[in-house]
Amino acid sequence: MSENRGAAVRYESVQKSYDGETLVVKNLNLDIARGEFLTMLGPSGSGKTTCLMMLAGFEPATHGEIFLNDRPINNVPPHKRGIGMVFQNYALFPHMTVAENLAFPLQVRGISKADQSSRVQRALDMVELGTFGSRRPAQLSGGQQQRVAVARALVFDPELVLMDEPLGALDKQLREQMQYEIKHIHENLGVTIVYVTHDQTEALTMSDRVAVFNDGVIQQLSTPDALYESPQNSFVAQFIGENNKLNGTVTSVEGTTCGVEVGTGIHLKADPVNISGVGSKTTLSLRPERVELQPEAPMENMVDGHIEELIYLGDHIRVRMNVAGNDEFVVKVRNRGQRRKIAEGETVKIGWAASDCKALDAVA
Amino acid sequence: MSALPPYSSTAQITWYYAFRVICGLIFFFLIFPIIVIAPLSFNAENFFTFTPKMLALDPEGYSLKHYRDFFTNPDWQQALWNSVRIAPVATLLATAFGTLAAIGLSQSHVPFKSTIMAVLISPMIVPLIISAAGMYFFYSRIGLQGTYWGVVLAHAALGTPFVIITVTATLVGFDRSLTRAAANLGADPVRTFFKVQMPLILPGVVSGALFAFITSFDEVVVVLFLGSASQKTLPWQMFTGLREQISPTILAVATLMVAISIVLLTVLELLRRRSERLRGMSPG
Ligand SMILES: Nc1ncnc2c1ncn2[C@@H]1O[C@H](COP(=O)(O)OP(=O)(O)OP(=O)(O)O)[C@@H](O)[C@H]1O
Ligand SMILES: [Mg+2]
Repeated sequence: MSENRGAAVRYESVQKSYDGETLVVKNLNLDIARGEFLTMLGPSGSGKTTCLMMLAGFEPATHGEIFLNDRPINNVPPHKRGIGMVFQNYALFPHMTVAENLAFPLQVRGISKADQSSRVQRALDMVELGTFGSRRPAQLSGGQQQRVAVARALVFDPELVLMDEPLGALDKQLREQMQYEIKHIHENLGVTIVYVTHDQTEALTMSDRVAVFNDGVIQQLSTPDALYESPQNSFVAQFIGENNKLNGTVTSVEGTTCGVEVGTGIHLKADPVNISGVGSKTTLSLRPERVELQPEAPMENMVDGHIEELIYLGDHIRVRMNVAGNDEFVVKVRNRGQRRKIAEGETVKIGWAASDCKALDAVA
Repeated sequence: MSALPPYSSTAQITWYYAFRVICGLIFFFLIFPIIVIAPLSFNAENFFTFTPKMLALDPEGYSLKHYRDFFTNPDWQQALWNSVRIAPVATLLATAFGTLAAIGLSQSHVPFKSTIMAVLISPMIVPLIISAAGMYFFYSRIGLQGTYWGVVLAHAALGTPFVIITVTATLVGFDRSLTRAAANLGADPVRTFFKVQMPLILPGVVSGALFAFITSFDEVVVVLFLGSASQKTLPWQMFTGLREQISPTILAVATLMVAISIVLLTVLELLRRRSERLRGMSPG
């Protein structure tokens, strides 16, 4: 346990069931370092909010223990945990002005009136709402309310701030701006942030580490680039970024490559990440931008693809083709201008390196 | 009601006017008896009917003598004092109990919620005479019959259902994440209740309290069963007045009580509008 010392948050074998039958969170073990920006990413219903609620103290863990700064907190009521939280629907108090909302946690802590107003002002300035103190939440736009919620979660200087899909209700442009601002605040204040989202771009751009949830289990916990470059299983490969799937059977394993037969008689080489041995079923995962269309030099994997559809996207062209019976196979071709034109209905050679092609657990 | 659209059928047009007539009739039957007592209470004679002088709008046909009687007659003054002593205390109890019950029943983990609710609001549904008889026997046993606190408690029990219903209705629109947010920001449950939940459900609490007050202030059956002569309230005095010495003073009292009710309801509506404006729910 000594290697865990210093973790801001530690979930230890945490399980959660609402109805006493089905486990919504199954044996969660997770260490969150001090000052880290950790994102819980996963599809709807995968248990992200539940994990956050257990940490904030609004839901008891059915089994296991949660530690805050190495102190077990299962028996600490929510109002004594000192954790800041941005709620999905902001949860601003509608009967108080923005300034009163921000002063609330300070009042509770018995901070003097003068101190209160200076800290409230500082927090408002931080989210660029310095002149909005006397408005009521209903008189603010969605993005402004969201920033007030962030300011309120930070104004009492908590060491840990939880954010549950705080940007879910905002339009794309505002969301990107807020992502940047939250990231900025995190860097400036050095607080630990646990962030929940089901938007993978948000997770990849903001986080130090991402925990990918599915079905109450962390599928993979790694840095954003590792998540994209080396997914540990098919779920992660499919969930993060664009992905081509090819189902096949393992025919050989030699060190860092394995042979896989896809469809009838197409033999490919892949990186054996998550397979159970020769003869087992596997799903190959391949990023669209790692595939070469009509490669000049021969590559480890070369197959024929039948072009079904071309979508012009300016900087690149998306080519949807039929490869080994899979007609959802997508290749991204950089728009270099001088390339030979390709047309729908043609059959062309495509190729990719074995290391870019991950052999993962089989999915239907 | 919006104006008729140009494509309305004959049936729709007929209904449009019939609806207005029906509404008018309903208002007439509800309100006319109340309105008519107001001028009668200024009758210069000891009659319950309009005198020819009154109909001729002759000032001599009108007087304040019945009001004078009300404010000078020791019987009426004692009754007024009793009502004023009983109704606010009963209201206070009903409001506190009703609000707490409504909040308790709004929690998701309470078992047998609908049964408890039904029991709590039964005083509103059970015929008053039955509640009164039941209370009479029960309160006699425990020595509350014929006491001030007996009447207060009985009136509180009658008023509580109104508070429960109005507060439950406001709690439906209450966002539970607000109490969570308050706890998360460090407020203990008591502070959360008074600083966050209470201000937001206040309109429901106030209107419930008002109904409870009017229930107690207008109540005659239970007080007849449970009260002794020293708890004689205004409605009780009116009731005996009607049977024994038919005097238009009753009309003056009735007019005053209607006026009080109207004032209370107006105050309530103003409060409600103000709180909605504070919460930014309506532009006005
Ligand atoms: N109060 C509750 N009572 C019973 N079941 C619940 C409750 N809250 C959540 N669940 C169930 O627990 C599971 C996980 O829910 P949770 O809210 O943690 O999902 P989530 O990952 O936050 O999803 P989303 O992205 O949609 O917010 C879901 O299957 C949900 O139906
Ligand atoms: Mg959620």
